[in-house]
Amino acid sequence: MSKTLFDKLWDAHLVKSVDGLDVIYIDRHLIHEVTSPQAFSGIEARGISLANPSKTIATPDHNVPTKNQHLPIADPLSKFQVETLRENCKKHQVEIFDLGHPQHGIVHIIGPENGITRPGMSIVCGDSHTSTHGAFGALAFGIGTSQVEQVFASQCLLMKRPKTMRITIDGELSKGVTSKDVILHIISELTAAGGTGYFIEYAGTAIETMSMEARMTICNMSIEMGARGGMIAPDETTYTYLKDKKYAPKGALWEEAIAYWTTLKSDEEASFDREESFAAEDIQPMVTFGTNPGMGIQISQTVPETIADASFQKSLKYMDLKGGQRLEGQAIQNVFIGSCTNGRIEDLRAVAEYVKGKQKADHVKAMIVPGSKQVEMQARAEGLDKIFTDSGFELREPGCSACLGMNEDKVPANEYCVSTSNRNFEGRQGQGARTILASPIMAAAAAISGKIVDVRKFI
Amino acid sequence: MEKFKHLTSTAVPLHIEDVDTDQIIPARFLKATSREGFGENLFRDWRYHKGGKSNENFVLNNPLYSGEILVAGHNFGCGSSREHAAWAISDYGFKVVVSSFFADIFKGNALNVGLLPIQITTDQLSILFEHISEDANTEFVVDLETQTLQIKKTDLVFPFEISKYKKECFQNGYDDIDYLLSIQEEIKSYEQKIPAFL
Ligand code: SF4
Repeated sequence: MSKTLFDKLWDAHLVKSVDGLDVIYIDRHLIHEVTSPQAFSGIEARGISLANPSKTIATPDHNVPTKNQHLPIADPLSKFQVETLRENCKKHQVEIFDLGHPQHGIVHIIGPENGITRPGMSIVCGDSHTSTHGAFGALAFGIGTSQVEQVFASQCLLMKRPKTMRITIDGELSKGVTSKDVILHIISELTAAGGTGYFIEYAGTAIETMSMEARMTICNMSIEMGARGGMIAPDETTYTYLKDKKYAPKGALWEEAIAYWTTLKSDEEASFDREESFAAEDIQPMVTFGTNPGMGIQISQTVPETIADASFQKSLKYMDLKGGQRLEGQAIQNVFIGSCTNGRIEDLRAVAEYVKGKQKADHVKAMIVPGSKQVEMQARAEGLDKIFTDSGFELREPGCSACLGMNEDKVPANEYCVSTSNRNFEGRQGQGARTILASPIMAAAAAISGKIVDVRKFI
Repeated sequence: MEKFKHLTSTAVPLHIEDVDTDQIIPARFLKATSREGFGENLFRDWRYHKGGKSNENFVLNNPLYSGEILVAGHNFGCGSSREHAAWAISDYGFKVVVSSFFADIFKGNALNVGLLPIQITTDQLSILFEHISEDANTEFVVDLETQTLQIKKTDLVFPFEISKYKKECFQNGYDDIDYLLSIQEEIKSYEQKIPAFL
């Protein structure tokens, strides 16, 4: 029988079915400080230990400062949470990439860059953006705390099989249009709830020609349309990215892996519960104007005005924007470049290329937060740090930072922030903060111009 | 998780609709790193006045009502997905929650933590509330095997649904983790087949 990539991955991890539910085996469990403590105390209360500590990897990322990471954490609650993670990892023999460790970083950045994330794996984490890892042709999705405990206890999860959707993007992206624009475009078309109940496979020539970094950005934001996860079939680009990574298989094992990985694609005849398609040529640089990632427009468009929906109006009010208004030309006060969506080396390189020799606008606070220590070190090795500082950008240490208003990096109330992260919810970047999601080069261009611009006019 | 087969108990009536998880357990009590102790703060802002004085008008503070069954209004447990809501109700001492509708995620969480959610019709729920208000000592009989809720000393018997798997979990005192632990052998034999490159 013909199978989709999703079916192949799901079936390969199926231990057994019971009363309409499937027991799915988990190859890799990533944990962080915020959603793991109750799960650890849960298994301790049961008097059991981790079924497979060697398949679990920890990193503190959400609740950490991005300055002076060598010093003790100042906020007592954050400090306690990070210390609890350390103690739990020590007690249960879980490997931790702690602050300052060469492999430290945002959980969804360090998995791929170390070769921990690989095609054919099932990967979970108590964090919704686990969908990022699907870019490698892995079955990857976010879970809740009691499921974290399930995986600790048994290395398995009891789940209902989701439906499948394929989104095909054919054609060539225009200059100045990035994978971030592709996913923002898709979400704006399908809406923030449009993917609910589905696991999405992204396909088409536009996806095939993308780098791994660009593919990760797409899969990362699958969750913003309510999907369970996103995935892309592995190919030469995937193998080239993974080869010789620290945890990637080596020698004969690598050959064996490739032989299996090449089978991981949807069969020609396979049918999906739903299919959608887009033309790459139709996609322009995107910006969001509202308070969910589905509220996005192309930079040349105006904010929709005819919608008599109260929550839509509430959203515009929060953003202090009006229907019919252009975003191009809108003054902004902050730029945040980072997060698990766009905090990779390729993103930093693109920003550096744009800002080199230019100066940020005086009234803009521009912050670049690398997704991991490796990204930070690489940026320094390539001299990007100097370009950033010369242009007036601040380069921080790795972490989730201003992607969520949990640590000390926050956007002040009523100020606009062009952000390369993934969520523009009310208060997400700090109480009253107004987030405009965009690609790294759109964010860089906004920092230089002091307002939202169409980056295509400057490159 | 404790075994659950049969329960005879009086009930506490919470005659309020759309009780959300923020009321069940306010966000400021979520900082704990363990699951125990949430019962203390169950319905915190309804149970206590600002300043910590107990609110005598709230049903949990009314000495007339007690028991291991909570009978609540329509759409119980809506709002955020926090599992802490189910932890709090169960930690307080309830074993069963009856309503005419449960928010989806709350229901799933309740089933996972051994708190039995019983959904009956709106009319049946009204009958329950009437009986409790006429006599606070009205006893109810929950029988999982036959999937029924009976008002004791009457012939009023209301059926309810539960999946076969979850029913077995309750009868054997299993939660999903116990179930997964019970199939360890099968998981082990699956593990034998995992290729070394994964
Ligand atoms: S960067 Fe943002 S979205 Fe990504 S894991 Fe951290 S908080 Fe979540």
